[in-house]
Amino acid sequence: MARPAQKAPPTRPPGQRGARTRSIADVTGRTPWPLAAPAAVAVAFLLLPLVGLLLRAPWRGLPRILVESGALDALRLSLVTASAATVISVFFGVPLAWVLARARFPGRSLLRALVTLPLVLPPVVGGVALLFALGRRGFIGQHLDQWFGITLPFTTAGVIVAETFVAMPFLIVTVEGALRSADLGLDEAAATLGARPFTTFRRVTLPLIGPSLIAGAVLCWARALGEFGATITFAGNLPGVTQTMPLAVYQALERDPDAAVALSLVLLVVSIAVLALLRERWLHPGTSL
Amino acid sequence: MTRHGEAAGAAPSGALRADVVVDRGGFRLEAELAVAPGQVLAVLGPNGAGKTTLLRTLAGLRALTAGSIQVGAHTWDDAGAGVFVPAVDRRVGVVFQDYRLFPHLSVLDNVAFSARARGVARDRARRDAANWLDRLGLDRFAPRRPGELSGGQAQRVALARALASDPRLLLLDEPLAALDVRTRLEIRGELRQHLSAFAGPSILVTHDPLEAMVLADRILVLEAGQVVQVGSPTDVARRPATDYVARLVGLNLYPGTLSDPVTRRVDLDGGGTLHAAGHGSAGADDDGEVTFAGAPGDRLLVVLAPSAISVHTRRPDAGSPRNTWTGVVAGLELLTDRVRVAVDGAPSALVDITPAAVADLRLTPGQPVWLTAKATEVMAYPDLGPVARRP
Repeated sequence: MARPAQKAPPTRPPGQRGARTRSIADVTGRTPWPLAAPAAVAVAFLLLPLVGLLLRAPWRGLPRILVESGALDALRLSLVTASAATVISVFFGVPLAWVLARARFPGRSLLRALVTLPLVLPPVVGGVALLFALGRRGFIGQHLDQWFGITLPFTTAGVIVAETFVAMPFLIVTVEGALRSADLGLDEAAATLGARPFTTFRRVTLPLIGPSLIAGAVLCWARALGEFGATITFAGNLPGVTQTMPLAVYQALERDPDAAVALSLVLLVVSIAVLALLRERWLHPGTSL
Repeated sequence: MTRHGEAAGAAPSGALRADVVVDRGGFRLEAELAVAPGQVLAVLGPNGAGKTTLLRTLAGLRALTAGSIQVGAHTWDDAGAGVFVPAVDRRVGVVFQDYRLFPHLSVLDNVAFSARARGVARDRARRDAANWLDRLGLDRFAPRRPGELSGGQAQRVALARALASDPRLLLLDEPLAALDVRTRLEIRGELRQHLSAFAGPSILVTHDPLEAMVLADRILVLEAGQVVQVGSPTDVARRPATDYVARLVGLNLYPGTLSDPVTRRVDLDGGGTLHAAGHGSAGADDDGEVTFAGAPGDRLLVVLAPSAISVHTRRPDAGSPRNTWTGVVAGLELLTDRVRVAVDGAPSALVDITPAAVADLRLTPGQPVWLTAKATEVMAYPDLGPVARRP
């Protein structure tokens, strides 16, 4: 979990991190083989599929395949919907994280468990649930349809709803963790200085959990980008409307494996970029502020 | 809960009158205190005495179980009337022990925080903050982040931030505890100036008697949630009311009963007797030299400075010292320029002698010794009992 950024004391000599790592290695010596062997298997298992993807990639025709397969449409739709889902998650998820971390009311633990349920729920189940809540004949969806003429399933808005449902808990969990470990003493100090709770939230709490909020938003965005099960169940697979990258990959695999590999490469590149951003935030808190 | 007694704008500072009762689990804090505008009250006590709880109720970070808190015409808390003004509406300046500066704001914006929180425009808030930094000699730190400050600098900034909020009451929680010895000395001098410049009442919580003596006009000693002594620094230093205070100020303290007013003989509760004829063995007053007038059976406290006791390895000649008793050396501790000898006996005592004397006498733990003290060095005064709720 990312922690609130703190400036490293200016007196700390550079390179101390390296020195400490070396001293730990000196103490522990070599890795015992009962640990080393399974670890190597795990590394191979995690990396070899990616190698397979790179070996199989149609490097020469890559630009042509991407254009012809409608990948750009899917990529654009994915980026737009994932970003929209992230914005919605931040807008509603941060206040909920605050409530879960700070407010005192009965049933808070239960609420926390329910809210984070989509983390462990199979996404396809989420999609079915969304269908029966927000679908045309769902208990909310029928009213949306009758009163406002709003239909969510099989629309781009439906994609955003499905992605938000699955991805928002990642943001909530990350931000709530940061809020719990944030120093309440600063809130007290702000109160004695005449700051009302919302002013304190805006001027003190939010800036301090900034790095965690960014980490949570990136996680949320990445999860939304890769969302498959809930999206295909709730929003379907209409090219240009609801067909996001993962859906396009799945469909391409059946008739044009080269296109599937090309699309997968694009997602791989995006994932690596996200990972790089997260590592920057998590491994060097404070330096990137 | 209702808000009450809050007028808009800065009110002229008023006196603090507080009758504090807080129940916290099995712990009960009971303290009554009054601090005049411009006056500094030090709350002195060991860890767990309730000092910080007292401070938090005054700051509005915790409500009273019973009693009331008033500053000037403002009622901040009145458990009986259901009034509680939260910290945000009290205009109370708090310097926390760990400073609690906002790490993401510059020093200037930390000091400007309270004006900004109260709706002052940024430029004006920053200008006023810059004035405060100027006044406290901190102007060159304005653009820095708190993480780049030394402990002493952070402490000054915390004080500047509290003063800049235009408080009606200033509260300082162990303001010097986190500083190294040299910085502490330096800041203590400054703090004294700033406290005397502050027009409202100030309260300083500390476990350091020196800090209390130097910075405060009056000292309130808190032990286990009860006020055990209130008085001027001189009063507390010379006539400690409890063992804790006596140890803090480096005195031997014995509760006892007056058995002979003529010879001023006191039977000590812990065993032994002492003749008390010391200067200041008087009624109660700080500065008046009231003659020692007591009746047999009066409860008294007897103090004796460790430096006023002599140690002998043989029975001393019957001479001028009226107090002679025996004991066994329990331990020796080297202080900077002298040796403190703990002697078990009736009464037990701490005795300060020179290292040379230790060598001459070949003092070792377990050795029997005679102790002597002149009656004029022994001071007795009435034991008033716990002074809780009676400042």
